[in-house]
Amino acid sequence: MQLTLGPLQYFWRRDDVFKFYRAAAQWPLDTIYLGETVCSKRRELGTRDWIALANELAESGREIVLSSLALLEAESDLSALTRLVENGHLRVEANDMSAVQLLRDRKLPFIGGPSLNVYNHVALRLLCADGMQRLVLGIELGRELLQEFKDSGEPLPEFETIAWGRLPLAYSARCYTARALDLAKDDCGFRCIDYPDGLPLKTRESRPFLTINGIQIQSNEHCDLAPDIAELHAAGVQLLRLYPQTNDMESVVARFREAIDSGRPPQRIGKESGYWHGQAGMERLPGSGAADPVQAVISPQ
Amino acid sequence: MDLICPAGNLPALKTAVDHGASAVYVGFRDQTNARAFAGLNFSEDDLRQGIGYAHARQRKVYIALNTYPSPAHIGAWQKAVDRAADLDVDAIICADLGVLDYATRQYPNLPRHLSVQASATTHAALRYYRERFGIARAVMPRVLSLQQIERLCERQVVPIEVFAFGSLCIMVEGRCQLSSYVTGVSPNRHGVCSPAKFVRWDEEPGGVRSVHLNDVLIDRYQAHEPAGYPTVCKGRYEVGGEIFHALEEPTSLNTLQLLPMLKAAGVAALKIEGRQRGLAYVGTVTRVWRQAIDQLESHPGAATNPAWQRELDAHAEGHQTTLGPYHRSWH
Repeated sequence: MQLTLGPLQYFWRRDDVFKFYRAAAQWPLDTIYLGETVCSKRRELGTRDWIALANELAESGREIVLSSLALLEAESDLSALTRLVENGHLRVEANDMSAVQLLRDRKLPFIGGPSLNVYNHVALRLLCADGMQRLVLGIELGRELLQEFKDSGEPLPEFETIAWGRLPLAYSARCYTARALDLAKDDCGFRCIDYPDGLPLKTRESRPFLTINGIQIQSNEHCDLAPDIAELHAAGVQLLRLYPQTNDMESVVARFREAIDSGRPPQRIGKESGYWHGQAGMERLPGSGAADPVQAVISPQ
Repeated sequence: MDLICPAGNLPALKTAVDHGASAVYVGFRDQTNARAFAGLNFSEDDLRQGIGYAHARQRKVYIALNTYPSPAHIGAWQKAVDRAADLDVDAIICADLGVLDYATRQYPNLPRHLSVQASATTHAALRYYRERFGIARAVMPRVLSLQQIERLCERQVVPIEVFAFGSLCIMVEGRCQLSSYVTGVSPNRHGVCSPAKFVRWDEEPGGVRSVHLNDVLIDRYQAHEPAGYPTVCKGRYEVGGEIFHALEEPTSLNTLQLLPMLKAAGVAALKIEGRQRGLAYVGTVTRVWRQAIDQLESHPGAATNPAWQRELDAHAEGHQTTLGPYHRSWH
């Protein structure tokens, strides 16, 4: 089982990004995904900066992958994507069919990101013919679907699944951070930089529900599949994705590494995945969740 | 410019045809389409009649097969493609690569439209679907501004269809798991958003009504407040200490005033949302848009009739309308 660091979903200051990734290059990870996947307006690091950072980190011996934007709107988004695709030697995570097409045009192998809609073996077969070598499973793809992929008899790519972090649930043209601050998106002032772990959204009963991250909506709860590693492995998952957070990411990585190396499932500190069991993503399964999540590891508050 | 209108049953199809639809889009009575609601959609017999009715009047019928099947159930979607071909529909509207692949191989002469559920927003993405599946048209997600629609049309990869009127998905279609996260039922897989069986209304003291979706409080209404259907994106939530429609208000898209610009951009077809809506909606909305398109073609530059706007507002969700993503200030 391999460990990957998923692309940073939030908007952090340039110096903080460099500091984070230079430290991450020393953590026990197999793969690091780099790039802006949420909002094309975020420019603390431009595409060239991300590629330069990727080249620097590649010297650590980790596999480095460049992740593309999930929602492209303007021509300039496509130009940036072309630059990413033509980086010369690093594989790209395609988070949209535009990226698949640009990679396919150039006969470059790629990784399918979790925002591609791949729900059956025929879609898998076509994308593999296009050059897809690995698929990061979309959040809805659980144990049963993975088994159906295997039962189809098709040659399969590697499978990676989101094992730690808030689940990416939806994308929009609208920026919800700007909306919450009563700002127009075209004049947003890049205020999502003030919410380096997202902006909490609660129900009117003050129950934590979702997280606003610019144009993206995430779950409030952190998914934590560390206790399920043996089951994930048996189901055919080869890579576990951990999403970056501000607070002590090094411990998050270390906990997963220890769980893999020791074979001992740790106590769950986030939330189990309803999706993995074929249920609603937010569903709590009887007896399988931690009664008292250790919030300290999840967020600094 | 074609006018593509919704129908959830045979009377609605006939109404849309009678009021000036160029084409009517429909779905089978199962999970193969993105409006898989109880009591909605067509039996094969109704569909045969409806297609006969439309074709006798030189109008078209499209079938939406725009959900994403799992490996174990893809056979049902393939059979739906077979049935559509057998019924002699004028096009199928698909999103899934597997469904498109099957249709392309088995029925190369049956036109394939790319569904909004495929989330294709660039000429590069459209090229993928054209090269692989020879799509004849693509429906754009409700995220692009007017200027971005113009740029896309200029590329002429495939003819472009855009949403003109109806309820507004605030998220990129095909990229929203809010319903799935809360209920396990997803637009992508099951063709349903925020299904009614998970909805619970409660009366509280003072006439306050609260509405939950699978035990998540979506909104609470004072006695005098009009209540809306609790889709997750249209609830009121607390963000930064304030309670408001943090994602979207219950409102409808109405692009009537953009019609000349959409035509000038080269948009091939305008789509009206609302297969779940009643006959009055289908009839009125189809008639108003037909009149507006006809006037634009016969008297370019003529002002739109203010009565049209009033009629459309009366049928809008929450009785308010927006230019939506076509106008930058909405973003």
